[in-house]
Amino acid sequence: MQKEGVRSQAVRREFLTGIRDQLPLLLGVVPFGLIFGALAISVGVSPAAAQGFSLFVFAGSAQFIAVSLIGESASALVVIATIALVNLRHALYSASLAPSLAKLGRPWKLALGWLLTDEAFAMASRRYRSGELENAHWYTLGTGLTLWAAWQISTAVGIALGASLPQGLPLDFALPLTFLALVVPSLVDRPTLAAALAAGLLGLALFNLPFHLGLVGATFAGVGLGLALESTTRPRDEGPIG
Amino acid sequence: MAESTVWLVILGGMAATYLTRLSFILFIPAERVPKFLRRGLKYIPPAVLSAILLPELVIRDGSLELALSNHRLVAGMIAALVAWRLRNTWLTIATGMLALWLLL
Repeated sequence: MQKEGVRSQAVRREFLTGIRDQLPLLLGVVPFGLIFGALAISVGVSPAAAQGFSLFVFAGSAQFIAVSLIGESASALVVIATIALVNLRHALYSASLAPSLAKLGRPWKLALGWLLTDEAFAMASRRYRSGELENAHWYTLGTGLTLWAAWQISTAVGIALGASLPQGLPLDFALPLTFLALVVPSLVDRPTLAAALAAGLLGLALFNLPFHLGLVGATFAGVGLGLALESTTRPRDEGPIG
Repeated sequence: MAESTVWLVILGGMAATYLTRLSFILFIPAERVPKFLRRGLKYIPPAVLSAILLPELVIRDGSLELALSNHRLVAGMIAALVAWRLRNTWLTIATGMLALWLLL
């Protein structure tokens, strides 16, 4: 009994620490959720579907692109493919956390996988780099649930405010800014910089292709250039998951 | 887009996102992935995000605009500077939005 009590206390502490550590990141997440809700309404997405994006897709930048594309009358298939492409970075997060979560049961993997956003990953990976890992999954659950709740509530408030927002407010600009905020700090070496520049310029050149198909070609070209440069300049590098 | 089509997008987007998040946690042991694929994976986010981002900044009303009169480009460059120096998502977005708002 005594031991059980100590354990549940440790679990509780991990969970609460996870919540507490996630709070500063909500400064960025909450306005983002507000803007998403308002933006979705402004392109003609229904309130239920706008909340549905946050409830079921639960991926900030992909949700922004999805509703922007819907506003530009892209086809459903292109929007889904774009969501998939934009969220491919989550495979990196998945690969990065997999060894730390390997011993957990399936329900835990399903739950933490669902909550694996940029911000939750940032906090969890930091936690897993520090010692005493027995209950770290409770920390990860705390960060993930905090973010999830904040995202749902801020989306709902954004939907409610959407119609009352002043006309001409350049809310859609938050979308490219989010990508800027994600991309620029990741340009830490030449191959990555080259991949980003090549894909960006090709994306520009192919901008007039229908249904944003240029994105796909530009991405593959960028990845190819990054790999080519990497194998010529730094043949031993294996990347973050190598 | 019809309401039912939007829900199709939501369900498709959910499946794509969730399966991606579960990929290595649940389905694929990392050591089973070919090395070149593992290397390529890390270039996908900067590549795809840049390919979306750059047109958003420099294409206005369907044509290329590289002049300083393109407020989104100027605000974007200020935000990029903040992102590069401070590496803070929130500050990057806030600065960019504020810059655009002041320029308009």
